[in-house]
Amino acid sequence: MPYVPHTEAERAEMLACIGVKRPAELFTDVPAKVRLPKLDLPPPCSEIEIEREMRTLAARNFALDPSASFLGAGAYHHYRPATVDYVLQRGEFYTAYTPYQPEVSQGVLQALFEYQSMICRLLALEVSNASHYDGATALAEAVLLALNLGRDSNRSKILFSSAVHPQYRAVVRTYLRGMSSATVTGDEDGDDLDRLTSQIDGSTAALVIQSPNFFGQFEAVDGLAERAHTAGALLIVVTDPIALGRFRPPGAYGADIAVAEGQCLGIPPSFGGPHLGIFATRMAHVRRISGHLAGETADVDGRRGYVLTLATREQHIRRAKATSNICTNSTACALAAAAYLATLGKRGLREVAELCFQKSHYAAAQIAALDGFAVNPQAPEKPFFKEFVVRLPRPAVDVNAALREEFGIIGGYDLGGDYPRLEQHMLIAVTEIHTRAAIDRLVAALGQVAKRK
Amino acid sequence: MDKIGPKAAPIPTLYELSVRGRSGLDLPASDVPQAPLPAAELNQDCDLPELSQLDVVRHFLALSQRNFGVDTGFYPLGSCTMKYNPKINEQLARLPALAETHPLQDLDSVQGNLALMHALQQWLAEIGGFAGVSLQPAAGAHGEFTGLLMMRAYHQDRGDSRRTRILIPDSAHGTNPASCTMAGFTAVEIRSDARGNIDLDAVRAACDASVAGIMMTNPNTLGLFEEQIDEVVRLVRDCGGLVYGDGANMNALAGIARPGDLGFDVMHFNLHKTFSTPHGGGGPGAGPVGVSQRLIDFLPAPVVAMDSGRAGEPRYVLASPKKSIGRVSTFFGNFGMFVRAYAYLRLHGGEGLRANSEHAVLNANYLRVKLRNTFPVPFDRMCMHEFVCQGAVEATGVRALDISKRLLDYGFHPPTNYFPLIVPEALMIEPTETESKPTLDAFVTAMQAIAAEAASDPDLVKSAPHKTPVRRLDEVRAARQLVLCDRAKAAGG
Repeated sequence: MPYVPHTEAERAEMLACIGVKRPAELFTDVPAKVRLPKLDLPPPCSEIEIEREMRTLAARNFALDPSASFLGAGAYHHYRPATVDYVLQRGEFYTAYTPYQPEVSQGVLQALFEYQSMICRLLALEVSNASHYDGATALAEAVLLALNLGRDSNRSKILFSSAVHPQYRAVVRTYLRGMSSATVTGDEDGDDLDRLTSQIDGSTAALVIQSPNFFGQFEAVDGLAERAHTAGALLIVVTDPIALGRFRPPGAYGADIAVAEGQCLGIPPSFGGPHLGIFATRMAHVRRISGHLAGETADVDGRRGYVLTLATREQHIRRAKATSNICTNSTACALAAAAYLATLGKRGLREVAELCFQKSHYAAAQIAALDGFAVNPQAPEKPFFKEFVVRLPRPAVDVNAALREEFGIIGGYDLGGDYPRLEQHMLIAVTEIHTRAAIDRLVAALGQVAKRK
Repeated sequence: MDKIGPKAAPIPTLYELSVRGRSGLDLPASDVPQAPLPAAELNQDCDLPELSQLDVVRHFLALSQRNFGVDTGFYPLGSCTMKYNPKINEQLARLPALAETHPLQDLDSVQGNLALMHALQQWLAEIGGFAGVSLQPAAGAHGEFTGLLMMRAYHQDRGDSRRTRILIPDSAHGTNPASCTMAGFTAVEIRSDARGNIDLDAVRAACDASVAGIMMTNPNTLGLFEEQIDEVVRLVRDCGGLVYGDGANMNALAGIARPGDLGFDVMHFNLHKTFSTPHGGGGPGAGPVGVSQRLIDFLPAPVVAMDSGRAGEPRYVLASPKKSIGRVSTFFGNFGMFVRAYAYLRLHGGEGLRANSEHAVLNANYLRVKLRNTFPVPFDRMCMHEFVCQGAVEATGVRALDISKRLLDYGFHPPTNYFPLIVPEALMIEPTETESKPTLDAFVTAMQAIAAEAASDPDLVKSAPHKTPVRRLDEVRAARQLVLCDRAKAAGG
């Protein structure tokens, strides 16, 4: 690809201006023994060829029809309005750097401000940052905030419900490897919130729950915040932003920090990334938040404008004393979420949430009626949103292989790996993109697969 | 850029545009029987704005017109490598057979994705001279944090828990010390010497049994190749420390030298700098880490491996390194960026990478020589992909910030300013290889014109910019009277 525009004549003129004869003379500071290695890389190709090569590579993936996939567990197939990618493809947005020059970055800054505004209202909290890498790292930053806040009162314990996404818990544990005093506990077995809250004590920095939880169910959240607060701990909630179109937000039941994976808001699954970490909290914690914050101000003529603010928290100013090391985060994904939420609006998001609820309940009822299957056997009393647990008559790995090979269906997430007590169980996600016919096909296929031994 | 000048009206926010009852998208009616909603779990109202689809499109289009990207114009932002983001990359990353794949699918159904990731791991290892690569970190700073956690795990694994300090040059990016703190280390600042290198005596004095390692940016943030890098690496190794490389400046070295060959144990790559994936207005990027044999067992899990025991077409699997530090993000990292970086690497090959680095360095030195008589270059020797000059114009009171703002009026994005911290009034200029000589010459002309303006009419420069949609913004007010959420109430909300 002609990536470098220079002609031979221009190059010669520039070299002469610098006072060297050959480009190699620009690198005399590089030790000769390592200079100009022979790299074992494939030879270059043209744009036509890479296009063909990528299609060939992509063809080695199973040709997935999203409406024939029932996988969720933290990444979802939702409908993405055409407006979202239209906005994302604006080169002025996606080829820009972090908006440190506000006079020529008002577009991104205002979009981030609007993203923050919509996230605050959706979560019923007072302040949202401008994004984290993904839901798990947003949660890790929330936990770090709680630990920093609790440092003076020797609060070093994080209590986790085991119904928080297993990978999120794993990421938090990795993040805390550098803090030898911090402990993460509570998620060893079961997901009984009463048992968990009974462990809250004076050393607890935060109680972390997910609702709808990893199994898709709404937790009994009433009174949780009070129990945490009475002991001086924070309540951190992981949630699903789509659910908040119809169901109550974390701020309404007392969460101090809410985080979420924002991929469901107009971002493709893309094999797991890039996704969007949503983070919101109360104004009392604003100076401890990590990540960028877009704020409103005025220019010298008094016109409204936006800047990145409270930069004194950030690494480029505070260095070792910064609240976090965040620089590049997930702005373009926040922009996607802003375009998504603006397009759907209040009514659209409510309808999506209701469709997810209705369709998943239809699927659950149909599957529950099959011989040898049970739905949410681990907690039948809890209401669910768009995902539910299915106990299978055969190992999940066999069921999924048969679904894919014989019916072209991607089945649910095999829960046995993360939860030994849920061996032979899968987590099924149903959203607004699934028609009744697609659900019926899944149900019929499950019924047939189950009959075989 | 929108050139409306100083009378540009603010763009109303989504909430100001909201009209009760409007909607931008129709959804299908439910085709299943209605299940009762759990009354106790319902919300009152989610209070999102209500707009027509055309309102939404015009809103974001108007916003985009008040934003400057590489596609808009020259963006010589030092240490950020604002090079051209090929459009084919965007198209490929959106192929449904890639973009629609779910990260938890059975591995047999995503062999194409795994093959791509495996190739990218191999190629990055080859380019950096490393034994292994994890693609999982989502950004450069995330890669730093990951690398430091691996260094910590390495020392602990050897039963050496005394190593609590990380040496960091005073020219380092702010992310370096911030990442150290997150990883539980103490950052120790090391001064630079008169030639812009890290001060060897200071390194020597700091090296003892409490040193876990050093974080080196090479070329450093002055754009200079560390002339005594061999000696620095030897000193740190001799005291039992590890060498971390900040790969932010790899665009000078790809195909020129391999950090692994220089003795680096771990380095992050910024795919959004060196490998042409877009910066996205502040992400998403990707910050894969490469490691030497010493750290390979500590890489985040999972990595992609080839199942060797099979004949025919290779099968790819996930593997967990023996002493892995664990996950640093969900799933596999920013796969969409891997697709773009893969395409970039295939389009260029090894020779192309070297040519790109050479031209990045050629362009930087050309600007350095053209500008040094107007704006002094404190460490004036052959630079790599960027250089630092001083933006103050003597006896006029005009500062680097003013020069930067006046550049906006000339249609250029300013250089990074006031960084590195060791150069007063720093302007850090990184042109990248994709800018043509006419563009560079136009930039030189603008810089010279601004210097002349600073002498003849300093107020013009000090009050710049004049042609942007907003002029200088009150950052103090933004921080003191925090408005982080739109106060306009959605109509009917």
